[in-house]
Amino acid sequence: MMSLYQPGALRAPDNGHHGAIEKTHAESAGPAMVLQGLHKSFGAQAVLRGVDLTVGSSKTLAVLGRSGTGKSVLLKLIVGLQKPDAGSIRIHGQEVTTSNVEAMNEIRKTMGFLFQHAALYDSLTVEENVAFPLRRHTKMTPSERGDRIGELLTSVGMEGDLKKMPSDISGGMQKRVGLARALALEPSILLLDEPTAGLDPITSREIDELILKLQEEHDVASIVVTHDLHSAKLIADRIILLHEGNAVIEGTFEELEKSGDKFVAEFFKDS
Amino acid sequence: MNYTTKVARPWTSPDAPQGAPLVRSPLSSLWGSINGFFEWFGELGIFVWQVMRAAVRRPFEGRELIRQLDEVGSKSLPLVALAGAAIGAVLALESRYSLIRFGAKSMLPAAIVFSIVHETGPVVTGLVVSGRVGAGIGAELGSMKVTEQIDAIEASGVNPYNLLAFTRILACILMLPLLTLVADFFGVVAGWVATTLAEPLSLRLFIHAGFGGTSFSDFLAPTFRTAVFGLIIGVIACFQGMRSQGGTEGVGRSATSSVVLSSLFVILADVVLVKMILVFFP
Repeated sequence: MMSLYQPGALRAPDNGHHGAIEKTHAESAGPAMVLQGLHKSFGAQAVLRGVDLTVGSSKTLAVLGRSGTGKSVLLKLIVGLQKPDAGSIRIHGQEVTTSNVEAMNEIRKTMGFLFQHAALYDSLTVEENVAFPLRRHTKMTPSERGDRIGELLTSVGMEGDLKKMPSDISGGMQKRVGLARALALEPSILLLDEPTAGLDPITSREIDELILKLQEEHDVASIVVTHDLHSAKLIADRIILLHEGNAVIEGTFEELEKSGDKFVAEFFKDS
Repeated sequence: MNYTTKVARPWTSPDAPQGAPLVRSPLSSLWGSINGFFEWFGELGIFVWQVMRAAVRRPFEGRELIRQLDEVGSKSLPLVALAGAAIGAVLALESRYSLIRFGAKSMLPAAIVFSIVHETGPVVTGLVVSGRVGAGIGAELGSMKVTEQIDAIEASGVNPYNLLAFTRILACILMLPLLTLVADFFGVVAGWVATTLAEPLSLRLFIHAGFGGTSFSDFLAPTFRTAVFGLIIGVIACFQGMRSQGGTEGVGRSATSSVVLSSLFVILADVVLVKMILVFFP
């Protein structure tokens, strides 16, 4: 099994547009995320049984696996929405599992999370959804905030829908707004939970291309949970395959495609 | 690699051993209910502790509090006023015949005012708000929970107990006494209208007779006990909403249980508070 850690470049320096956003971990040179021996059970059902993985700065890791193998749980453990039964999660060297609420919230500010169904706040407009993290974690003036929202929504192609409510836009558009919101605080880590799930093939490709473009522009370390092999091939540097609570194989798409393992071959059969 | 799919039978617990009986015995069913009862109170205690911890931490969510004051207060006002008026009118009509039978017709204004201010106004306000606001909070937070919006708030480094729960609970605590005064006012006015339709009586005389024997303290304790009703409604509705699970069906369950449980606890709290008021404000 090959190591996932690849010494990545330092994060790109701040472009100077958003001085009010504090970047506590932006310049760390080590791996962005290190997960060791993660165990998680729900009742008698063991979902994760000792998962290890490392994601280097500016690298994208795709997590594949059958439904119910704990892929989304893995992301929720990383962002501290759930606690692991055992194991360690270090974000830029800082342990997540033993952090108190304040420390965890500071770590969360360095991460952007795109939920499977976007999870936009349905009582807020598109503009207010993107403004939500900016209002709470920056000291931007209304004008600076407006500029930043415009810039983010333009980068995801939603600049014309500022005043719309989430219920008035399509699933693909909601994912775009969710991405803009996830990137609002210029995170150094991006967690994407099935970004193309439930979308038609054309919109899926658009979202993939958008993620690629944003990764290049924002230079973030990403974990992408997906069932979509084409998406994983396009956007991920490395792929990890979860099965029965363990990471059974990791490598590039081409390496996994050529694997002789029966389960891996079955998984990549239609790629 | 050999892998199999394990599907739990829907009528047994997933962790039930193979060969376990398909139908649970009455004893295990009773034990499950008792366990669930104490589990609910335990989770409620943890929830209250988390809200209390969040309440003393910055930032103070002023904008959200104002929004909730509007939701709980202004938007409940017409319903509370209508309910108060209806109760006042019915009290006047019902009491009139009883008092005439006992030759105490002159006591009618005092009976209406005393009844509304001491008991009917606070309880009706508590039950109306637990219906309207309890269901609203339970459904709103339940919907946010099942669509991962609460997770999204937490993932963005914002404490949902502070932003969502504390603001709603505080709004309920602050608004219930004010809404009670509204219900009392409309109850007394409707009581006078119903009385004067049966037998003309000036408003001035009605108020003089009704409030003649009452003091400020007669209003204070009954009105402010509704702050406790507000606490109960806010806590139960937020708790039921934020622990919602199971999609749209779960949201429906949260809304229903918010109303049922908060109404039940308002009535129980009323019994306790009335006894306490009688002891401390004789």
